[in-house]
Amino acid sequence: MGKVKCECGHVNPHGTILCESCGRSLTDEAKKENLVDMRYEGSARRSQTYNKTIIDKVWNFFSSVKVGIWIIVLILVAASFGTILPQEFYIPSNVGPEVYYEDVYGWFGKIYYMIGFHDLYNSIWFSALIAALGVSLVICSLDRVIPLYRALKTQRVDRHESFMKKQRLFAEQPGSLQEADMEKVRAELKKKHYKIREKNGSLLAEKNRFSRWGPYVNHIGLILFLFGAMLRSVQGMYVDELLWIREGETMQIPGTDGEYYVKNDQFTLENYEEGEDSEVFNEAINRVGTVAKNYQTDAILYRDENNGLPGAKPELSEVKHDDIRVNEPMKFDNFAVYQTSFRQDEMKAMHFALTNKETGREFGEVVVDLFDQQAMYDLGNGYKVELLGYYPDFDGFTEEGEPISKSPLPNKPAFLFNMISPEKPDGEVSFVEIQNTMEPLGETTYKMAFKNLETRDVSALTIRKDLTLPILSIGGIIFMIGVIQGAYWNHRRIWIREKDGSIYMAGHTNKNWHGLKREIHTILEGTALPEPEDRQTD
Amino acid sequence: MSDLAGVSSTLLYAAFLLYLVATILFGGSIRQKGLREGKGLNRWGKLAITVTVIGFVAQLGYFFTRWAAAGHAPVSNLFEFTTFFGMMIVGAFILMFFIYKTAVLGLFALPVAIIIIAYASMFPREISPLIPALQSQWLHIHVTTAALGQAILAISFIAGIIYLVKNIDQSISTKKTKWLETVMFFIVTVVGFIIVTTGFALADYSATFDYVNKEEAAAVMEYNVPALVGPNEGVLVTDGKMSPFVDMPALINAKKLNTVLWSLGAGIILYLAIRLITRKRVAALLQPLVRNVSSDLLDEISYRSVLIGFPVFTLGALIFAMIWAQIAWTRFWGWDPKEVWALITFLFYAAFLHLRLSKGWHGEKSAWLAVIGFGIIMFNLVAVNLVIAGLHSYAG
Ligand code: HEM
Repeated sequence: MGKVKCECGHVNPHGTILCESCGRSLTDEAKKENLVDMRYEGSARRSQTYNKTIIDKVWNFFSSVKVGIWIIVLILVAASFGTILPQEFYIPSNVGPEVYYEDVYGWFGKIYYMIGFHDLYNSIWFSALIAALGVSLVICSLDRVIPLYRALKTQRVDRHESFMKKQRLFAEQPGSLQEADMEKVRAELKKKHYKIREKNGSLLAEKNRFSRWGPYVNHIGLILFLFGAMLRSVQGMYVDELLWIREGETMQIPGTDGEYYVKNDQFTLENYEEGEDSEVFNEAINRVGTVAKNYQTDAILYRDENNGLPGAKPELSEVKHDDIRVNEPMKFDNFAVYQTSFRQDEMKAMHFALTNKETGREFGEVVVDLFDQQAMYDLGNGYKVELLGYYPDFDGFTEEGEPISKSPLPNKPAFLFNMISPEKPDGEVSFVEIQNTMEPLGETTYKMAFKNLETRDVSALTIRKDLTLPILSIGGIIFMIGVIQGAYWNHRRIWIREKDGSIYMAGHTNKNWHGLKREIHTILEGTALPEPEDRQTD
Repeated sequence: MSDLAGVSSTLLYAAFLLYLVATILFGGSIRQKGLREGKGLNRWGKLAITVTVIGFVAQLGYFFTRWAAAGHAPVSNLFEFTTFFGMMIVGAFILMFFIYKTAVLGLFALPVAIIIIAYASMFPREISPLIPALQSQWLHIHVTTAALGQAILAISFIAGIIYLVKNIDQSISTKKTKWLETVMFFIVTVVGFIIVTTGFALADYSATFDYVNKEEAAAVMEYNVPALVGPNEGVLVTDGKMSPFVDMPALINAKKLNTVLWSLGAGIILYLAIRLITRKRVAALLQPLVRNVSSDLLDEISYRSVLIGFPVFTLGALIFAMIWAQIAWTRFWGWDPKEVWALITFLFYAAFLHLRLSKGWHGEKSAWLAVIGFGIIMFNLVAVNLVIAGLHSYAG
């Protein structure tokens, strides 16, 4: 493609608007402008130069900041729709979403569900918007950063008067630069950390050029973050499992391919108590009722030394003891185990005594483990109890009189016992549920007297592995560096030039003009140099 | 221990009064144009900023004594967070004041902070113990940085609103004057809320209802302002109190709706009273106060606040939030409404920066954007906390 040669002799890439070197306007439109557009130093951006092929068109579309802003606004508006009603993953899991939304929120809920807003953030179109943002970020940055770099690197000290005249801060005055004034100005500029370059009686003072790279740095951070978020769907990068584990139980940790096991030694729930905790809390405790203080699982982590040996029994070796609390997960390898939920006082075992109804004499105690029952409990001396049936979640009888259990969970256990004694070697049948005993086959001499209930807590642990976290962190850090770099510093330049019996002064900053004006004011104080005026005020 | 809590309340009260005094002093100082226009601060201005700084120090005193009393930073319930937000607005104002020395900024920033602190004190004020999810250093780090970011962004709103008050032509009625009045009406309504709530609290108003809640269970609800709307199948238990005109379905929190209705009513009455008595729009009333300040300077203050506030907000409300969420809730991001609204705020200000940069949206357009941005922040603070319940909603 044709290069553009400026009058000053510098050869610019095709599409350049302001000569990279001297700053002369190179296009007809630019020549007509009163103020030059300094945004990208008038450099040749691909998107402004080519518009023929389909690739050009796609490139131009995504490199447009206007399009970028539209994408941002669309994501913003879409995201807000998802907060009108709770998302699918926050509704109770025992009801299907197709019923839940209509049931709870009526016609509005029904429509919300029908258009898919109940799972908006996982929808294809929302992901597509995020993808478009990523593409836009990559293209718009590439489109600008290289030309901008070139232009800033090539800029000359002695810019052409036409360039200076078209700056927002500008002054022109007949006369010549006095060395005494210039000494003063140089000293002031240095004090304000400007880098000074001089050539043929022209001066360029510049500072904080690095802040111009801020946007590109922050965009790279964002791109990296989005990339990391995408990686999450790659196999093995991400594990999210839930484990319900009872006190005393040892279970394989899901997601670790059988390598790790965890034991729940004990689960503790503590509340704040008046008198025990700081008295400043009393008022709040009184108003709200109970306030939880701690949820904790005392866990032991094991590794299976035989993991990987096919057919071998697990051989657990202890790795560590750890108390898992909210905000204090247990960590190993790349995994973290979190305290997420609990269920208190699940029934574990029931104690009964085989008792003679008349005399009240007891002939030994039977402990039925609700998770591991025996068929026969031998009490010695000819006393035995046979467990004919166990119904963990008893829910009445069938028409034939068979007891039924709703679920395998011991929510409402019931038992069918056969009580064997020296007097009744064939046994007597008793049906026992909590606080109720039946004698379906006729009156009995013995009964199973309820003695005691053992309970235990169940803790819910979430197991996570997320290998994308380092990428996300680096993305986040780069983003922050870039934003701060671009926002807390600004790129300032001051040009001073004498030509044909006139002094030209011009100033430019990429933002924060009041600051630059103030700075120029102090720099020029006590000199004969003209103070540039702001030609863009309201 | 409770002595410390008492000292803390007194200090907050003192700060509140000092801010009021400083507002009046700033009112006296507005004839100066701001240092950047070549003139120094006048005596009023110096006095005003001094009182502001003393007020700020008093409020810092409130903050740290309450911290000592509670054993955790007081940012753990709505009262504490909102009060802190008010304090950060004053802090952000002081910061911007020392950069731009513009007195009129104080005349608007302090009342906003005062209203926010008064609004905060409508919530239960006791020191609450921390539930397990909140027991983390990240509570302090995340909440304080996020509030600071929001406060700096609020200064952008304040400069923006001054810009609009100054520049929108009040001699005719246009869409712009209507929108600006809408903003003024919102502010008046918050004042209405404070008056109603405080009034009935002083009168010890309490009416109890038996009702049927969302889970179809019997429950009790106590109203502290007379019930215009009652809870689902509500039965008034307290004698001699007003009965509601209608009952709400169970899905709607009738008590909160009732408060909103009262606030709107009070807001409308207050606003109409101002309009009828003065025969002017509220913005037109304020216009003479801002005549001397340069629009260009206001525009720069507004933009600069976004530039300073945006990184702080991103760090506090997104990055620190994600780090904590990863530790406390097992995932750094879960599309919880509060998280989503922080993201929306972030995206909005990103759009703002790009519009300024590429489309040259300076001056009035930029000022409107600053107003909308603050609207989003307040929506997140008020509506998302009180209406859209998520993991974040504090008890209260
Ligand atoms: C959520 C997404 C985005 C964020 C958070 C973001 C952030 C930023 C920030 C903070 C700046 C610096 C602004 C300033 O200093 O005033 C910036 C500049 C910029 N952004 Fe973005 N950006 C995003 C998306 C985009 C997209 C999609 C595009 C492309 C269409 C884009 C194009 C630009 C351009 C061209 C600049 C100015 C560069 C310059 O001045 O040299 N940004 N961005």
